[in-house]
Order: sequence, then C-alpha cells, then structure tokens
Amino acid sequence: MNEVKRVNPIRVAAEKLLKNKLAVVCFVVLVVEIIMVILAPWIAPFSYEEQDPSIRLRPGFWAQWGEQSPKPADQYAPGHYLGTDKYGRDVYSRLLYGGRVSLLVGFVSTAMGLVVGTICGLLAAYYPKLDNPIMRVMDLLFTFPSILLAMLIIAMLGVNAFNTMLAISVWSIPSFARMVRGRALQVKEEDYVMATRSLGAKDSRILFVHILKNCLPVIIVTATMRIASSIISISTLSYLGMGVTPPMPEWGDMISAGKEYLWNRPSLTFIPGITVMVTVICFNILGDKLRDILDPSLKD
Amino acid sequence: MRRYVLKRIALMLLLLLGMSFIVFASLYIAPGDPAMMVAGPSATDEDLAVVRASLGLDKPFLVQYFMYLRRLVTLDLGNSYTSRQPILDEIIVRLPNTLNLACAAMILAVAIGIPCGILTAMKKDTIVDNAVTTSSLIALSIPNFLLGTILMYIFAVKLNLLPVGGMTHYFWTPIGFKEAILPAFALATGTIASFIRLGRSAMLDVLQSDYIRTAKSKGLKGSTIIVGHALRNALIPLVTQFGTSFGGLLGGAIITEQVFVINGIGTYLINAIRNYNYPVVQSTVLVIATMFILINLAVDLLYCVIDPRIKYEG
Repeated sequence: MNEVKRVNPIRVAAEKLLKNKLAVVCFVVLVVEIIMVILAPWIAPFSYEEQDPSIRLRPGFWAQWGEQSPKPADQYAPGHYLGTDKYGRDVYSRLLYGGRVSLLVGFVSTAMGLVVGTICGLLAAYYPKLDNPIMRVMDLLFTFPSILLAMLIIAMLGVNAFNTMLAISVWSIPSFARMVRGRALQVKEEDYVMATRSLGAKDSRILFVHILKNCLPVIIVTATMRIASSIISISTLSYLGMGVTPPMPEWGDMISAGKEYLWNRPSLTFIPGITVMVTVICFNILGDKLRDILDPSLKD
Repeated sequence: MRRYVLKRIALMLLLLLGMSFIVFASLYIAPGDPAMMVAGPSATDEDLAVVRASLGLDKPFLVQYFMYLRRLVTLDLGNSYTSRQPILDEIIVRLPNTLNLACAAMILAVAIGIPCGILTAMKKDTIVDNAVTTSSLIALSIPNFLLGTILMYIFAVKLNLLPVGGMTHYFWTPIGFKEAILPAFALATGTIASFIRLGRSAMLDVLQSDYIRTAKSKGLKGSTIIVGHALRNALIPLVTQFGTSFGGLLGGAIITEQVFVINGIGTYLINAIRNYNYPVVQSTVLVIATMFILINLAVDLLYCVIDPRIKYEG
C-alpha cells in the first residue's frame, strides 16, 4: 500500500518564508515592536500625559554626542531617551503608547474589513444572482476616494477612535471582497467542490469550509497589505485631527504636533515619522513575500 | 461602440445618483439640527419652525432627498453655515488650487512612473529592476503627509531653496512651479510607485505574447518592437490606473494641502468637518466624487481609442 505523506501547507510556507532574509528581518522587527507596544505600561519610563514644563522641547540621547551646547534648553534631559515635546512629555513613552493605537486600529479595522469583505466576496462568487448587486456596491465604495469616505463617516459620527476604526474598516471591505471573489470563482469550478456537493454537503458547508479554506492564501496576503494601509490611514486621519482625542498619543498626531517645531526640534517629527514608515514598510514587504510564497499567480 | 458609450454614461449617472444618496443620507443622520445652525443660537421655537418649513426640513426623508436633487441639478449647493455665502462660489475660488496641485502631481507621476516601469520590465531581474521595484515598495509605504514634511524640512527649512508652503500661481509659471514642486512630489510618490509596478507587469505580459515573438522573428529592430508593438498594448492597464489614480490624487490633495498650507477644497472640507458645517462637507465630498466619476468616464471612453477590441464587445 502506498503511504501518502501528509504535508502541512502552513509549515511549508513558514519554511519558505524563513529562507527569505528580508522577510525574516521584517517579521522580527514587527514582533519586537508589537511586544514593546503591548508592554508599554510596564516598560515606558513615563506616562504619556505626564507634563514637566521645566524640560520642554529637549533633544534626545544624541545631544550627548560631540560638542555640548551651552544652552540648557538644548541639553539632554536624563531619562528622556528620545527627548521631550512642547509640554515636556516624554517622546519615547508617547511613542510606545501611540503605537498601541496605531497597531490596534490597524489590526482591528483590517479584521472587520476582512470578515465583511470575505463574506461578501464568497456570496458574490457562489450565488450568481448576488454577484451583480454586491460587486456594484463594492464598486461604489471603491469609487469614493478612500480618505474622503473615511472623512464622511467621521463627519457623520463624530471624532473618536472607534469611529475612525469603523471608517477605515469600511474602506478595506472592497479589497477583500474583490480578491476573495476572484479566487472563489476559480475554486468553485474545481473537482473537489463538485465531489463534496455530490456527497450531499450543504451550500453553507461548501462555501464556508471548502471554498473559504482555499481562499485563505489570498486573504492572508490581502490582510497583511491592508494592515499597512490601515496604519497609514489612521496616522493620516490623526494628523488631520480626526483620529484620537488628546492627550492620547498616536503617531500621526505626534508628527502633526512636531511639525510646529520643525525648525528647532525636527526629531519631534522624524521619530514618529520613521516609526510609522518602518512599520508600514515591514508589513508591505512581508505581504509581498507572502504573496510570492502562498500564491505566485498573484504576483504584480 | 455606441452601445458601449451609452452603457458607460448610464452607469455614470447611476453612480452619481448613488453617490448623492450616500452623501445626503449620511448627513441626514448626522447629529445636530440644521435649522438651529441656520437660525442661530438665539432663535425661539417659533423661529425654528419657520426656518424648518422654509428649508423643507419638516418633510419626509425621501421628499427632502428629491428636493436636494432638484437643487443639485440647478447647481444650487446651498449656503455655508459659517460664512453664509453660497457654497458653490466658495468652492469655485478654491478648486483651481486643488486641481493645480493634482494635475502637477499627475504629470510627475506619468513622466516618472511609466518610463521607469517600462525600463524595469526590459531590465528584468537586474540590479536596476530590483532597486526600482524595492524603492517603489518603500515609496508606497510613506504616508504622503510625512513625505511632505520631510521634503519641506530638507528643501525649505535646511537648504532654503523653495517656499515652505502656499499656492498663489499656476504650476507652469516660474513662481507657481517653485510653489508646486514639493507638494506635487509629495502627493505623487504613491502614484509614481503604483505606475512603476503596474507598468512593469503590463510590459512583461506584453513582451511574452505571440505577436512580439512574431515581430522579433521578422527581424524587426528592438526599438521598433517596443515603441510600435509593445508600448501601445502595455498602456491599456495604465490608462485604467490613470482614472483611479486621479481620484486618489484628489483625495491625497486634501492632506497635502494641510501640510503645505494651500487654500484648496481639502482645507475647506477639513475646516467644515471641524466646525460641523454639514452643507459644506456634503457639497465638497460630492464635488470631489463627481470629478472622480467624470474622469473615470473619460478613461472608459478613451479605451475605445487605444483598444479597438472593446468596440466589438457588448
């Protein structure tokens, strides 16, 4: 009797991913960042709202290098590794707490978009009657320039973190729906779906077990990329003052507050800026590599 | 051909209708009483009732929507709550700044993105290809407000070469060019990157097709094949992208305007959201969305010209 060796597809994908150095670096950076952000209340040296007017706008640790400035306002305030902002709040602590908002909104809004978008995509692919109505609504959502849609939702519901999350998730829905529908239409025609149906499986089982399982690679890749764009969106909205309510920090909000001091203390803009950039780049590269591994047909 | 055009125009009208409904409905359920905003804080209940009747706010939802549509058809967008001026006039003053910025960005995106995309396709798997593809991924990852701020820091603050912000002239004038170059570049980066990626894959697709092989086997020169045969076909997906990108640029302009302190409709919209100035929010969103739909229609029609195959399909 022939022994059939079972292969775990997740393990195969993980092994392939480990061989790609760039993907591993991005993955490690993101894991470290997520852990630091989760542990913020324990590892942050200060609270995010603690103000100290005596050390306003101080530079970070780099002020200790080279020639020391004679002005006390340009000297490093011990303990404030990345300097302080206009209220004398610790930038490093605010960065950690701010990451909680950015990453949480990134993950949750993507998850909400994923669930709704995937269901819409599956239904549209499986029931030809639903295809046109669902996809035209998706087209309509796509037609709205994304930031405009989010602003409309926020204008309507008011400015707070939850509404921002909702606004961002709405604009993830059509991407998931389109990708899942495309894949599900292919899977639907496969022999094993026919076989399952002839065994008497219910539509719901075929759709949400068999077809969904085969759409997972597409969903994973889309989700990784969407997290990246959701983080850009939340920081953009916060930059415009439509994200979080102060004093809660958020990276985009920190950039916007720092811009005022671009002349004398550019680090206030650059530190959160580089953080957003690195995070988004890591998610995008990871998504890119995952796509090459999980679904090479999707490349470009 | 005629059927295709008619179908597109019908679809556009349907989209416009859907859009106006979303915009109207979203602000209908928004908190705040429009009658109160018009009548002012000191108005009595009787005053409010009069205002409500004159604005038609006492009518059912659908009736109000049709009244709104009727006003839209005559280009009456209502008055702003804060300035009490007709919104249309206020938009017309600001729109040129936004379009100036978006057009300058589009020119940059086309001029840089498409040649780079085609170049990378022809140099596939070389250092040039890898470098351009990787930098395009990085460019897609930088939020445009951040890039704007970084550019402002380097070119306006440190090097003092360009103005920090503002927009007073069109980009083809010398002063306007200096004012527009930083915001346009900040705005265009994402679009440049997506043009590069799409241009590359479109060109690769075309280069693998049979007619290119035939052209090669006929002994045609490389440049003739690229310019005469491949380019035109590779442009088709790029034209679609052009439509979507322009909408993206209009949306992005809202943010870039904030970074570079430009008085366009983005700034108008954001101030309106902050002041709960709902009619302005409604109209600005509608104007931007309408422009986007019209551009997409133009792109669809342009298709017939560059891809004659469409003419024969239903």
